[in-house]
Amino acid sequence: MQAVKMVITGPFSAGKTEFIGAVSEIDVVSTERKISSAAEQIKETTTVAMDFGRITVGDDLVLYLFGTPGQRRFDFMWDILSQGMLGFVVMVDSTKPETFREAKRILETFESYASTPYVVAANKQDMEDAWEPEDLRIILRLRQEVKILPCVATDKESVKNVLLELLYSILEQLDQNSQ
Amino acid sequence: MALKGNLRDFSTTQLLNLINLARKTGTLTIQHSGESAHMSFREGKLIYAYMGDNDNNHLAKILQHSGKLSAEQAQIIQAHAEGKSDKQLGHLLITAGRVTQNDIIQSVRQNVLDIVYRLFTWVEGVFRFEANKLPSPGHITIPIDLESVIMEGSRRLKEWEVLQEELPDLDVSLQFTERPDARLRNINLTVEEWRVVSFVNPRNTIRQIAKANNLSEFEIRRIVYGMLQAGLVEFVDKPKPAPVAEAADQGRRPKRQAVEQPPDVKRSVVERLIDRIKSI
Ligand SMILES: Nc1nc2c(ncn2[C@@H]2O[C@H](COP(=O)(O)OP(=O)(O)O)[C@@H](O)[C@H]2O)c(=O)[nH]1
Ligand SMILES: [Mg+2]
Repeated sequence: MQAVKMVITGPFSAGKTEFIGAVSEIDVVSTERKISSAAEQIKETTTVAMDFGRITVGDDLVLYLFGTPGQRRFDFMWDILSQGMLGFVVMVDSTKPETFREAKRILETFESYASTPYVVAANKQDMEDAWEPEDLRIILRLRQEVKILPCVATDKESVKNVLLELLYSILEQLDQNSQ
Repeated sequence: MALKGNLRDFSTTQLLNLINLARKTGTLTIQHSGESAHMSFREGKLIYAYMGDNDNNHLAKILQHSGKLSAEQAQIIQAHAEGKSDKQLGHLLITAGRVTQNDIIQSVRQNVLDIVYRLFTWVEGVFRFEANKLPSPGHITIPIDLESVIMEGSRRLKEWEVLQEELPDLDVSLQFTERPDARLRNINLTVEEWRVVSFVNPRNTIRQIAKANNLSEFEIRRIVYGMLQAGLVEFVDKPKPAPVAEAADQGRRPKRQAVEQPPDVKRSVVERLIDRIKSI
């Protein structure tokens, strides 16, 4: 059995859980919970807050989608999560300019971990206040060859499109490396 | 399309940088403690600006402000110009020999710049960009390159935190963007900035440039930030090591020093993933 994985990252509330849930065949296993009481807070520190989705391709192949934890104190996990990943998606809430700088920081961190392909999903494009993907390209200083895709994580087709574009980028890189 | 937010999260400099690079056309409105500023752009160039009510932006007032008209003259002219556009009024004043065309252009230009430079000191304020909204044809518009405006704006920047966040790492190198000569021609650089420019080279880190020019971290950050936002220079990507094939399912390993290489996955596997996702 071969297991391959992709990482879905981005600032808090960008839509990672929604994105994984849209295509995963199992319920997104998220142990993240709202911190409402001191008791729960303690529980939280002992839990790994991470989304986890699965797409079975066949008896011998399965794809896992990992969402990075929302809280900064879990940043140390990024490095571990990124090991062996096929590629990653950086999700941005297009309606929240206050998160763009954080998104750039996350993107640059993941880029430094791995030279795997990635795409940026300009999420929540169904909302009126959404900034345009091409504006986000400039703001995030994306290189021309990095795709930035309009995304609505609540829409399965939109999520499929983002994953497919990432897979096409992975194919392209494979072809380049084998030349 | 929306371009809405607060300057707390997205500064005037960043907004102008975006408008410049995306060659946007439209009007940006910023509200800040009871004041509102309006700036119009055509294809990424600043063409018009006013504060508050457009009445305060009457050509007579602008010419008075720049010393081309006395307060009395301005008042009389404004009263008589009722219903006339700035363009019509400008023509009348030129024909009457009151002011020259150059007086008008310089005064209007300075008025626009005064407004924009004030915005650089606003650290807070709600902004909104309305695409394709432009001042009515009667207004006098003068295209101003945003690169030089951004450069001047960054000189007025006082917040260390912004610079720290925008430019956290001084151990990176810079290179010129495409056609720096054309851009440089449009920007009035200070002597210090020119010295930094002369050191821009993929072999020099920002820290080295600062040291060579005896600039503090704050000073070098401010200059480099301005040059980055003005689109004059860009970061040099850190070189990545040559690819080495390695298995995806490798166990524990010591802390990685270098960039992780992509897993050694077969083309057929990726193709199967594509087919599977299409079928969801
Ligand atoms: N309108 C809209 N809401 C979305 C979209 N994606 C996510 N959301 C909502 O945004 C909120 C945060 O999403 P979530 O997936 O929990 O973000 P996470 O913190 O990145 O995991 C939730 O209420 C989602 O339902 C989208 O594309 N459009
Ligand atoms: Mg989540």
